[in-house]
Amino acid sequence: MRRGVGAGAIAKKKLAEAKYKERGNVLAEDQIAQMSKQLETFKSNLEEFASKHKQEIRKNPQFRVQFQEMCATIGVDPLASGKGFWSEMLGVGDFYYELGVQIIEVCLALKHRNGGLITLDELHHRVLKGRGKYAQDVSQDDLVRAIKKLKVMGNGFGMIPVGGSYLVQSVPAELNMDHTVVLQLAEKKGYVTVSEIKENLKWEKERACHVLDHLLKEGLAWLDSQSAGEAQYWLPALFSELSSRDITPEEASQMTP
Amino acid sequence: MDRFSWANGLLEINETLVIQQRGVRLYDGDDKSKLDVGVALLSTHRLIWRDIKNHECCLSMPLSQIIFFEEQAAGIGKSAKIVIHLHPPSANKEPGPYQHSKYSYIKLSFKEHGQIEFYRRLTEEITQRRWENTSVSQSISPGVSSQVGRFTRAVGIVGIERKIEEKRKETDKNITEAFEDLSKLMVKAKEMVELSKSIANKIKDKQGDITEDETIRFKSYLLSMGIANPVTRETHGSGTHYHMQLAKQLGDMLQAPLEEQGGMMALTEVYCLVNRARGMELLSPEDLLNACKIFESLKFPLRLRVFDSGVMVVQLQSHSEEEMIASALDNVTEKGSLTAEEFVFTEIDSGNSFSLHLIHTCRDLLSFLLCRLLLAEKMGHLCRDDSVEGLRFYPNLF
Repeated sequence: MRRGVGAGAIAKKKLAEAKYKERGNVLAEDQIAQMSKQLETFKSNLEEFASKHKQEIRKNPQFRVQFQEMCATIGVDPLASGKGFWSEMLGVGDFYYELGVQIIEVCLALKHRNGGLITLDELHHRVLKGRGKYAQDVSQDDLVRAIKKLKVMGNGFGMIPVGGSYLVQSVPAELNMDHTVVLQLAEKKGYVTVSEIKENLKWEKERACHVLDHLLKEGLAWLDSQSAGEAQYWLPALFSELSSRDITPEEASQMTP
Repeated sequence: MDRFSWANGLLEINETLVIQQRGVRLYDGDDKSKLDVGVALLSTHRLIWRDIKNHECCLSMPLSQIIFFEEQAAGIGKSAKIVIHLHPPSANKEPGPYQHSKYSYIKLSFKEHGQIEFYRRLTEEITQRRWENTSVSQSISPGVSSQVGRFTRAVGIVGIERKIEEKRKETDKNITEAFEDLSKLMVKAKEMVELSKSIANKIKDKQGDITEDETIRFKSYLLSMGIANPVTRETHGSGTHYHMQLAKQLGDMLQAPLEEQGGMMALTEVYCLVNRARGMELLSPEDLLNACKIFESLKFPLRLRVFDSGVMVVQLQSHSEEEMIASALDNVTEKGSLTAEEFVFTEIDSGNSFSLHLIHTCRDLLSFLLCRLLLAEKMGHLCRDDSVEGLRFYPNLF
């Protein structure tokens, strides 16, 4: 029979705890209790803030930027969960999550044409159009943040810096540095040729062709072999509003023989 | 408030009462005046205010003094108001309650409501300017009024510009205040972050006795605050109660759509489907991901699956890996060789229930079926022919 162990063990534990507390260390479970209390206080502070300034966040893109940056500085992600306080009380969650849905839908709708690559400008334009004129204003910063959140769903959402802005990628096509640099080169005219790549980037023909073939395969580039001079590789994602427009069904039926 | 003159409150001949409203308080600019319990009367010629208790106390102002006016919505503990911007007082103005004011505007505060109708009538009168047609003995002499008329336009624009400037300052003030309040809030939030880090460290070092319950509670606190979970030791088996609930909801909700779509849907598609259905209190991408991760532990017939390409799908359990490989191999063998695109058409032809929706977004279907082909390739059953014309799969005869 193990007599005394039980009582002795409890006593030892109590002694250890007492010593621990003496040294000013707080036990984790006590801290959790403390956190619970602090959370309640914080929640009511946030409620008060929301009652005064919720509108500011909804209406003012600049203020949203400030808010997001402050959160990032202290290590808080207000968009992590729809169940978070920030989301519930300030309504930031619904704003960005809905934006995420709209972004996905725009990208899906255009994928057949641009292979899953779209300029941030065009995305912005189409999202605004889809939201209608009575909806809240949405800035490009808002889009960028929404896209960052979408990334966790593993669908290949990414942003490629090009010509001062970004290309938004919505398919998991593998694009390395070489591909990116060619996209950037193509940005000015919407297309690029092998010679241009050789001249500007000082690559060999093989490297240029390899990259262009990959873009073709992924559906990000279209080949125009009938152009005067050498073949041109066009990027639908970079087609500007000026040189392209959506065709109505009537026009389409007129064009097909 | 220095535009008002003492009056006896009697209407002149040709002057008609348009509307009156009780419970109106006067403001000199932003400051409350002592004239706080009264009746505001609007006539065709003047704006009159009379104290409810002391009828002797009565003031009026010609409507021609008004440059323009606007509504100020009610707030918590604040009545709705009409802000009226005024021309400078004319030289021969009769004395009134204020000799001088630093403001060029007044406010009427409607403590017993009625501002909407009053505003409407005031708008009508200012538009019609009936006081110009009918001369009233006590009013400003015709010479002066025409002078006032000529200046009105220029002063009006200046007045409007002034108002825009004030509004901008007001907005700036609001933003500054919001920003200050936000900063204070962030300080408190930072304390919470520090505390949670300390707790997480302790959990890691196993100091103290944390029960399973307390751990779950802690996780839910982190979720509420948006603090990343620094404790990695526990599996995703428990998650938080929120995620478990969510997983159950999703399990119910996704059965039908998944069956319709051939057993598989991209996580992004699920995200759109679920959030569109909810309308509000939307899920974050992370909420969805975390809920899907625990399907297996909750013994649901759904799985989250991540392909090599990074594509994430939710899949009905009936679609096991072997089945997928077998069907891919069958199809390729039958046709001799197959690209992903062709695979799509055979699947459709064979009557597998792919909805029209998917046919329109063929590329999605493509990537799933491509995944199947790739999987079969990985297992050694197929080999590829990669060219610019596309990726074609052949049965592996090697």
